[in-house]
Amino acid sequence: MSRTSRRKALSAAFVGFCALSVLLALIPLALVLFYVVSQGIQAINVDFFTQMPKPVGEPGGGMANAIFGTLILAGLGSLLAVPIGVLSGIYMSEYAGTRIASIVRFAADTLNGVPSIVIGVFVYGIAVLPFKRYSATAGGIALGVMMIPIIARTTEELLLLVPGTMREGALALGATRARAVFSVVVPAALPGIITGIVLALARIAGETAPLLFTALNNQFFSTSLRQPISSLTVQVYSYAQSPYADWHRQAWAGALVLVTIVLLCSILARVATRRLESMHAR
Amino acid sequence: MRKKGGDLGFRVATGLFGLVLIAIVGAIAFELSRQSLPTIEKFGFSFWRTQTWDPIAGEFGALPFIWGTLYSSILALLIATPIALGIAIFIVELAPDRLQRPLVFLTELLAAIPSIVYGLWGVFVLVPAVRWLEMSMPDTLRQLPFFSGPRPGVGMLAAALILAIMVIPFTSSVAREVLKSVPPAQREGAYALGATRLEAIRAALFYARTGILGAVMLGFGRALGETMAVTMVIGNDPKVTWSLFAPQYTMASVLANEFSEAADPLHVSALVEIGLVLFTITLVVNLLSRLLIWSMARSARGPAAGAADPEVAAA
Repeated sequence: MSRTSRRKALSAAFVGFCALSVLLALIPLALVLFYVVSQGIQAINVDFFTQMPKPVGEPGGGMANAIFGTLILAGLGSLLAVPIGVLSGIYMSEYAGTRIASIVRFAADTLNGVPSIVIGVFVYGIAVLPFKRYSATAGGIALGVMMIPIIARTTEELLLLVPGTMREGALALGATRARAVFSVVVPAALPGIITGIVLALARIAGETAPLLFTALNNQFFSTSLRQPISSLTVQVYSYAQSPYADWHRQAWAGALVLVTIVLLCSILARVATRRLESMHAR
Repeated sequence: MRKKGGDLGFRVATGLFGLVLIAIVGAIAFELSRQSLPTIEKFGFSFWRTQTWDPIAGEFGALPFIWGTLYSSILALLIATPIALGIAIFIVELAPDRLQRPLVFLTELLAAIPSIVYGLWGVFVLVPAVRWLEMSMPDTLRQLPFFSGPRPGVGMLAAALILAIMVIPFTSSVAREVLKSVPPAQREGAYALGATRLEAIRAALFYARTGILGAVMLGFGRALGETMAVTMVIGNDPKVTWSLFAPQYTMASVLANEFSEAADPLHVSALVEIGLVLFTITLVVNLLSRLLIWSMARSARGPAAGAADPEVAAA
């Protein structure tokens, strides 16, 4: 074989390898989605959303308490994370060149890289240990801590997409910085900020590790913020570990609900960002 | 005058919320250190050198956990890195424009699926498949230390595989942005000299080598801290062994399994110290990764650093 044809063959083999890699990643994706949908569909019904868990041996039942718990935990997390995340994102984009802004950005990226289980240990120390009880509040704090950096960074990035001329126009009309930001820049970037919040929700809705020793779990329908509360993820975890076929089916149904929530949020966020980009692309 | 005061007030008010982020990172480091003091004082460095983990007898040796975490993460990297780079190269350099967006979306869907769902799938689909693989391994190969011992299905191999799947989108997303920031002149120059596709891509890869290394490190950081999926398939047995078939244990998994049931204060402290070390290792790895991506972005004038999060990049 000549040198040239060997080089060409090698190149073709490399292209083949790259195409194969894409396939190798899509196969597990397809398999996971296939199993979640096919197993989940069989187990899911109205009872799953409206009934409480049944004791071992009794078939049926649902995860009403866990679904409610996930909503409460996500709500508590947002309550903590949205103000801190959005306002620190505004700070990072408005004062982008300053040293403090880059330290805040660094802190956000660091926090984003902290394993979620470590966040759980931290929140256990500050919100469970002092009160000697697992609680929904502690779980909400753990999820909130995870949401903050995501919201802060997306808010920052999407505010930077707003053309500088809009801000300058407001300032030239005599507006204060705060006025310019809240009346002109933030409204223009609002879809983006909401996108950041939705993305953060998508991420934490599927989190289990930080809830294991903050919110714990609860067999009953609990509305108290001072008591342990159930969540879809922790419930799926405990059902998956159990030896009962009926609980396994419930776990698959829970997984289907989780994947649906996460996918809907991701697609929603995508559409919003696309719209924002095309709005400012002109 | 009034206006100036308003500007300062705005700056301070939003800045305070920014400081909250810094305070949280500081508080995590402080709280974890404070709570692990009892074990640090009692065992010192021997905590990380001994292998016996027996909470009832009060013996705490964390070597098996750090071993399991590093071994599973490195194995996952060995599997995930070539695939992730292949995907990045395919999307940036080879795929037709029409295919790019859908491929980006699909690969990053991998990052959106919750860890617990991977775990569930791992328990009921991957582990039986791995057990079948282990059972069909010929005896001659079983002489090797990597394939020795019993073959339960749950264990290091299953954990490494599931970690690899979960890490791929992170590495490939950053590698993609890094490759995009390579000036087209690099490839055009190679083509002009008569290079084949492979040779031109190699030139681009060489140009992007720091950023690519950063992408790999980022994947490593993700693998180290991954908890639920690994806990569900690794078998949770604190052993230091090379065997891929053997159940082992990771730092994140022992936290997930034992933390809420630990009653003895020394046991809690030992677990928090494991959390502290996990926090420190991931911090250093992420820092290194960001430095590499950042220095690459600066030299290529491309904003690759903003893409460290595939979910953000996907949207």
